[in-house]
Amino acid sequence: MRLAGFYAFAAAVALLPALFPDNYFVVVIGASAGLNVILAVGLNLLMGYAGQISLGHAAFFGVGAYASAILTTRFGWPSLLALAAGLLAAGLLAWGFARPILRLRGHYLAMATLGFGVIAHVVMVQATHWTGGPDGLAGIPPLNVLGWRVEGDLQWYGVIMAAMLLAVWLSLNLVDSQVGRALRAVHGSEFAAQMMGVDTARAKTQAFVVSALFAAFAGSLFAHQQAFVSPDSFNLAVSVELVTMVVLGGLASTFGAVCGAIALTLLQQGLVVFEDYEMLVHGALLMAVMIFMPQGLFVGLTQAVRRLGSALVGSKPPAAA
Amino acid sequence: MPEQLFQFLVTGITIGSLYALVGLGFALIYNASDVVNFAQGEFVMLGAMTAIALLNAGLPLLVAAVIATLLTVGVGLLLERFAIEPAAGASVVTTIIITIGAAIFLRGVALLLWGKDFHSLKPFSGDAPIQIGGATVLPQSLWVLGVTVVLVALVRAFFNRTLLGKALLACAFNRTAAQAVGINVKVMLRLAYGLSAGLGALAGILIAPITFSSYEAGVMLGLKGFSAAIVGGIGNPMGAVAGGVLLGVLEALGAGLVSSGYKDAIAFLFVLMVLFFEPTGLFGHKASERV
Amino acid sequence: MTALPPRASSLPLLAVTGLEQSFGGVMALAGVSFQVAEGLIYAVIGPNGAGKTTLFNALCGFYQPSAGSIRFADRELLGLPPYRIAARGVARTFQNLQLFFNMTVIENVMVGCHLRAKTHLFAAALRLPGIRRQEHQLRAWAMEALELCELADRAGQPASALPYGLMKRVEIARALAAKPRLLLLDEPAAGLNDTETLALRDLIARIRDSGVTVLLVEHHMPLVMGVSDRLLVLDYGSVLAEGTPADIQNDARVVAAYLGGAVSYAV
Ligand SMILES: Nc1ncnc2c1ncn2[C@@H]1O[C@H](COP(=O)(O)OP(=O)(O)O)[C@@H](O)[C@H]1O
Ligand SMILES: [Mg+2]
Repeated sequence: MRLAGFYAFAAAVALLPALFPDNYFVVVIGASAGLNVILAVGLNLLMGYAGQISLGHAAFFGVGAYASAILTTRFGWPSLLALAAGLLAAGLLAWGFARPILRLRGHYLAMATLGFGVIAHVVMVQATHWTGGPDGLAGIPPLNVLGWRVEGDLQWYGVIMAAMLLAVWLSLNLVDSQVGRALRAVHGSEFAAQMMGVDTARAKTQAFVVSALFAAFAGSLFAHQQAFVSPDSFNLAVSVELVTMVVLGGLASTFGAVCGAIALTLLQQGLVVFEDYEMLVHGALLMAVMIFMPQGLFVGLTQAVRRLGSALVGSKPPAAA
Repeated sequence: MPEQLFQFLVTGITIGSLYALVGLGFALIYNASDVVNFAQGEFVMLGAMTAIALLNAGLPLLVAAVIATLLTVGVGLLLERFAIEPAAGASVVTTIIITIGAAIFLRGVALLLWGKDFHSLKPFSGDAPIQIGGATVLPQSLWVLGVTVVLVALVRAFFNRTLLGKALLACAFNRTAAQAVGINVKVMLRLAYGLSAGLGALAGILIAPITFSSYEAGVMLGLKGFSAAIVGGIGNPMGAVAGGVLLGVLEALGAGLVSSGYKDAIAFLFVLMVLFFEPTGLFGHKASERV
Repeated sequence: MTALPPRASSLPLLAVTGLEQSFGGVMALAGVSFQVAEGLIYAVIGPNGAGKTTLFNALCGFYQPSAGSIRFADRELLGLPPYRIAARGVARTFQNLQLFFNMTVIENVMVGCHLRAKTHLFAAALRLPGIRRQEHQLRAWAMEALELCELADRAGQPASALPYGLMKRVEIARALAAKPRLLLLDEPAAGLNDTETLALRDLIARIRDSGVTVLLVEHHMPLVMGVSDRLLVLDYGSVLAEGTPADIQNDARVVAAYLGGAVSYAV
């Protein structure tokens, strides 16, 4: 059962609002966690599987959001068309940027993606004529899916969860395919991957573009759900949060990214009351996880459970999934 | 127009000096430990904020500056001891994230201590502008320039003239070999963190009278310092200094001639161009990879 | 690439002429020339630092030699990136293990089959019907290579969990999975014990017998002398001698420079 985990997750997502009807926490926080899951799962393809860090991923989230916001409010485009345009824009941007940027490694790559993110944010703030500047753009119409206008928390929960499950499913498929193995090979040993006939530049570019598409998709949904966008949602801090989600759950594990995204969303919600402590906790958590469990919470815990299980049963541990 | 250009140049060199100091800190830590310390900017912020707080508590400027610097050095040492040392040998991504975590943590501490307000420091020797050529120069800019020159010269002398400095360089060059000839690598690491924290704090104290300071003030300064180090060729201390000044001047020219809103974008665009066309930095040295 | 076209035996599979590669002041390859006929085991020996690995890296496109030519199956390889050279039918192992430690053994070998199947990104993401069949096929090919290397029982284990000797064998299986015409082995016996070395010798012979030409860099003289058809001796980036194992063992210069005294290598 390749997708057993996926079906279990889908069932849980569907059951939650039924178990807790009219629960603000479930539908609203759930929706916001869902968007984060899409972002984290996409970024994990790049960071976890292909092994390329990006400290500017919020830029692509922003491209999707602003494409939807601008095209629907200023030009009256139908929302699905605007979403498609956002995907196209983010994909092209990522593609054009990938070649020069992904030649770099380690700290240089970190710097380049970071610079890219900062530049994108500056443009969002400064190109007032298009983006509304620091005040943002309001009055974004609801998402219109072939005549169905998505309105209300519960409907949004449904839409975002469906999108999230799609993202998780795509990611699981991709990783467990020739394309995904090529990506992981790039991470494992770039030299060997090349020698096995993998065009590593192309593989990295693919990962970069796909993760940008995931982010832009989340961005479009976010813009419609909030009916408002401003640059604050796409700044460096957001890029760092995305990285946190991926590493918190565990690199190179789709469900790790899912768990990381949900955990960080809940944590932020939990800390809303202690707003001033949020940074402190966020920073401490990031350090602690990386120092004591660098493989991430989800991956680390599943490994521990597996070890415990095999110790109890007394058999050899099965291969890591 | 020439006067205006001169003015931009003066502004650029002032701000560039700070980038140089922060970049120098990056280079020191990178050399000693292969870690890019994303909390470097927070050292700057801590230096400035602590000095301001101490000054407000009634201490004289010099005393406040010294105590603030020493406290920040302490923070640098703690960072090394409790965040970097336990993760020795971790991957680049892991160490990047640890130091980002440290940066957020320190920002969180500053937020709790000093709130979200902006704070400023009184200029060291008044704020009556001085006319030099056609440009107006604030006395504080001269302080920045002067102290930076002195600090850079001291760091250079430290590496070239003292045994301790040479030991630190040896560590950067080859840690195993350094260990083999009896250099205590652990102590060298702490030295590097302490030194860069001190440099950062001094940069913060110098700049506080010109730009306001807040718990977030270190973010951009840190990134620009990192940029300076990259432009100069990561791990090349004097390259970082040159990169910082270059970046500052470019940014000032961009702000003056293009648009001040885009100045950060211009600076980072420049960094990206350097990375694309000269990935080892303008003053770095190249190495071919082995299979 | 699967069915080998019959070739005139006069035409060598690999013809290297005047290859030069320097690093700073070091001339790692100072005009190396040699030819390898198809279907042979051709060994390259020489002291450490002689330029053997550099030769491999140049052949595979990791380095850009400053002069010379590398003709493979009568086409020039020089200037091509590694993945294009792989597509021409060259595979290799590495002196320093370059396994994908983030994958299982069989996944490693499946990457070896990369060029034997084309998967489109979107087809993979949507898991279109063809993908299932293709995964099946790739797995079968990988198993074949694993069986040849006697690793079938390790297929599902993480590559990082294997003992060193088996890791080296996975690298060979991965390279074989590409169905190469030319296989480059860089010190495959380094770090192996005697039993493992003997098994390796049989494996290399089996590989040659299956029609793959083998270029072998190795320090283990009994293995080299026992298994190779011809040898090339490098010293300081230059060719010191070339010939059959018997020629080489009787070459006074080689014995003086490298083999170090009269030793008989009957295995
Ligand atoms: N990437 C490189 N950069 C600099 N020097 C290198 C590089 N690769 C090899 N060399 C040098 O080239 C020479 C040959 O090395 P190598 O081919 O690894 O020798 P061998 O494999 O025969 O032991 C050595 O002097 C080595 O130091
Ligand atoms: Mg070698």
